[in-house]
Amino acid sequence: MSALGAARVGVVTFPGTLDDRDAARAVRLAGGEAVSLWHGDADLHGVDAVVLPGGFSYGDYLRAGAISRFAPVMEQVVDAAHGGMPVLGICNGFQVLTEVHLLPGSMIKNDHLHFVCREQTLVVENASTAWTNQYAQGQKIVVPLKNQDGQYVADEHTLDELEGEGRVAFRYDGWNPNGSRRGIAGVTNARGNVVGLMPHPEHAVEAGFGPESAEGHKAGTDGLGFFTSVLASLVSA
Amino acid sequence: MGRVVVDVMPKPEILDPQGKAVAGALPRLGFDGFVSVRQGKRFELEVEGDVTPEVLAAAQRAAETVLSNPVIEDVVRVAAIEADAIAGTIVDGTHA
Repeated sequence: MSALGAARVGVVTFPGTLDDRDAARAVRLAGGEAVSLWHGDADLHGVDAVVLPGGFSYGDYLRAGAISRFAPVMEQVVDAAHGGMPVLGICNGFQVLTEVHLLPGSMIKNDHLHFVCREQTLVVENASTAWTNQYAQGQKIVVPLKNQDGQYVADEHTLDELEGEGRVAFRYDGWNPNGSRRGIAGVTNARGNVVGLMPHPEHAVEAGFGPESAEGHKAGTDGLGFFTSVLASLVSA
Repeated sequence: MGRVVVDVMPKPEILDPQGKAVAGALPRLGFDGFVSVRQGKRFELEVEGDVTPEVLAAAQRAAETVLSNPVIEDVVRVAAIEADAIAGTIVDGTHA
């Protein structure tokens, strides 16, 4: 990134994406420049990082994220991620990252079969990734969670590997809202530049519009740390 | 017209929440004796000509790379089917 300008964070819109505007707003509130990226455009337009936001891309047809992974922009995202560019997948974006094999495991329907929408406490299990470095290890944060296919699954060997390598980025605290294996809410790749999670940090970035908090009614801004983290990681890169 | 059917099922070790819900509903409707249900997906791929070994091989590759996710699903069948055996018109020994 240019030393004088704000870091440029791309936000991808697929057909059926819902939370691209909120993700772009979160980038701006953290001090970055949000750049809209279109699924059909095989060009990252020089961004420094990419967010794959939540929603129901392609109506979740076939499997959640399964068709989006073949979008022209995703080939660029995968190449950039392998080169070390920070990439964050939120909810449906997390599903896209598993389908495109940037992150291990997959998501199936919630164990209780209901859509769940709540303010969810998470434990930050890895505070050294590109998207979590402004949190403290073990810090508890509250962000909204809203999903139908949010049950994280992987085989036991993969789960042991993730735990052993510190690649469980977030775990559900208090209640496991979707039956995820070992309470896993989010994971990272070995390098720590790619992070995916089911809950929605971009909905908890501005007082007055966030979760309930000790600071006041809807005053929770615990999600902002994702976006200040990536800006910090780009400055130090 | 040739048709290839691809059947995809959740892996045995993966809990199938939908199948479990269906299994719970059956006894309530009087269908006793089914001890478990698993719910999968069936795809029907149509080609212009006959189903050649090349078509079957391509369908197998599509099944493994796109139609299923090997983390959570198994491809349990890739086979040519007769045109009159498409979903909804299966004729077997007991009913039509």
